[in-house]
Amino acid sequence: MSDHNYTPSSKFGKWFNDRLPLLTLANHLTDYPTPKNLNYWWTFGGILTFCLITQIITGLVLAMHYIAHADLAFSSVEHIMRDVNYGWLIRYIHANGASMFFLAVYIHIFRSLFYGSYKAPREIIWILGIMIYLLMMAAAFMGYVLPWGQMSFWGATVITNLFSAIPLVGESITTWLWGGYSVDNPTLTRFFTLHYLIPFLILGLVVLHIWALHVPGNNNPVGIDIQKPSKDTVPFHPYIVIKDLFALLLFMIVFAFFVFYSPNILGHADNYIEANPLVTPAHIVPEWYLLPFYAILRSIPDKLLGVVAMLSAIFILAALPWLDTSKVRSAVFRPLYKQFYWILVIDVLILGYVGAMPAEGLYLLIARVATAYYFLHFLLILPILGKIEKTTPLPLSITSPVLGGSADLAMAKNIDVRKEKL
Amino acid sequence: MQRIFKILFSLLILNISFANSISAENTSKLLTTDWSFKGPFGKFDRASLQRGYQVYNEVCASCHSLKYVSYRNLSEKGGPEFSVKEAKAIAASFEITDGPNQDGEMFTRPAKLSDKFVMPYSNEEEAKSANGGAYPPDMSVLVKARAGGADYIYSVLLGYVDPPENIKLDDGVYYNKYMYGNKIKMPKQLSDGLVEYSDGTNATEEQMAKDVVSFLMWTAEPHLEQRHKTGFRAIVYLIILTVLVYFSMKKIWSRVETNV
Repeated sequence: MSDHNYTPSSKFGKWFNDRLPLLTLANHLTDYPTPKNLNYWWTFGGILTFCLITQIITGLVLAMHYIAHADLAFSSVEHIMRDVNYGWLIRYIHANGASMFFLAVYIHIFRSLFYGSYKAPREIIWILGIMIYLLMMAAAFMGYVLPWGQMSFWGATVITNLFSAIPLVGESITTWLWGGYSVDNPTLTRFFTLHYLIPFLILGLVVLHIWALHVPGNNNPVGIDIQKPSKDTVPFHPYIVIKDLFALLLFMIVFAFFVFYSPNILGHADNYIEANPLVTPAHIVPEWYLLPFYAILRSIPDKLLGVVAMLSAIFILAALPWLDTSKVRSAVFRPLYKQFYWILVIDVLILGYVGAMPAEGLYLLIARVATAYYFLHFLLILPILGKIEKTTPLPLSITSPVLGGSADLAMAKNIDVRKEKL
Repeated sequence: MQRIFKILFSLLILNISFANSISAENTSKLLTTDWSFKGPFGKFDRASLQRGYQVYNEVCASCHSLKYVSYRNLSEKGGPEFSVKEAKAIAASFEITDGPNQDGEMFTRPAKLSDKFVMPYSNEEEAKSANGGAYPPDMSVLVKARAGGADYIYSVLLGYVDPPENIKLDDGVYYNKYMYGNKIKMPKQLSDGLVEYSDGTNATEEQMAKDVVSFLMWTAEPHLEQRHKTGFRAIVYLIILTVLVYFSMKKIWSRVETNV
């Protein structure tokens, strides 16, 4: 962490800063020493901040026109689409923004998995991140219910029904969640309230996430500890700011393609049919970003165990810093982990695919194998791998590999030697 | 740098093809036609929308409502663009119930531009009892509410064929090649020359289907043209800005002995 001995130049600045050190904070954020070898996978933190703010702003505007009532919600959304000035744009940004948010968060999470960013001393950053991800899923699910289309209604019915799997009190809890004996108006109004609340909780956690990040500083593609500030770092502004901005603009182009040219491709056609408790859709599927967990849920024949498996699949991530026993962070220096990493990526994609398919026959079998492998990866492969894997030598500093140090073998020391030095 | 572009691009393609493969599940061999509104520069064909309104009004409107569409929309930009006078005349040809008046009585009056399209039935139960128990769905967002979209509605309209021999149909149930489950309670509606187009277009089955589906695409996405136009501007703007930021980034990072 950089030293906080900043003194504002103006007299007023000094007076103010002595009372509330906002200028010191601003100075810390601009000077924040960042590893200079961060690649584009590291730009998704900034992109995610953009996504959150976009969702909050578009969401505020939508909430001014939306009516949270079972009889009016669907038509109020149509009112937004037709009669509110640029309502179609605001709504399409918000709806596709959710998908873009998850696309970015998955890249962010898998970047962390590849470069071992969850390892000491960054466990708290990682756990805060998992909490943000959980809240994102809750917010996205409740947001999808608000238009009160068929998929909204039946998705809400399926997910809230999961709570009835809890022994003894399950049924009572479900009734309590619904505010009645089925998904109905009370459910809709409370979902709207929570959907409005959660983004601000996320915002608070994001502040903690960044705060926790600024204590040890960024991990980097080489995954070694570096001196800060040093030849290995650059100040956050302007170097990282401009690079994040460039990546954000690329991301926004992809975002814009969805919003303007295929705004409904990531949604489900059934959600343009008003909710009808008497007609069940042929396939009830969640949004694409929840599909892997949906596949895990359905791959277990027992309802309660299915729910337990689905929740464990998320919570197991929180234990990751302790499940991964390897001292080396970056997969670049872990030849075996690198291969298992890509198998996990494929496994999750397969889970997502079978989550969209009917749970029967071959799909069910594939879902079961993929679910089993998912848990195997975290519970068995990672703990053992850290013990038996022979990692390749780590460089001493970032500057050496950047300068083409691979030929310079003298610079690359064994990890044990490096540890002694520290 | 190039790798990032490649990855982003392939993710985009993967996403789209994946979503398509899901939605195309039951609609593999749909009929299609040269929709003018497809593609990033797609626009509605005004004449087709006006003819489509005529088909809707003369054929569909007796059972299917358009409850989210107002008469004023008919004269708005990006739609069929009837003149205000024409739209007023269309509205005035419908009677709606208004009130209560000062005496507490409900009364009927000709519809105005600000009114929503008049519903064919006063409630869902009446609609069902008039249609053998099936509810003719509201068509305002129908195109978006069916996997396959415009192609699907177009195919269903033209998909009435004799049922295969092993399929027995109840009274009032018809066989349709493209309908989900192949059974439909709506009898075949379109036949050559059913309506008489005032612009002299030959009213073939395909032509009427195309016109009415275009019209329904517009009712589902009334701001489609504006969306395409704004999108083009937004993306051109973003690309120019991205290029400028790219060179700024190169310049700034040239002070550090590393590659961006």
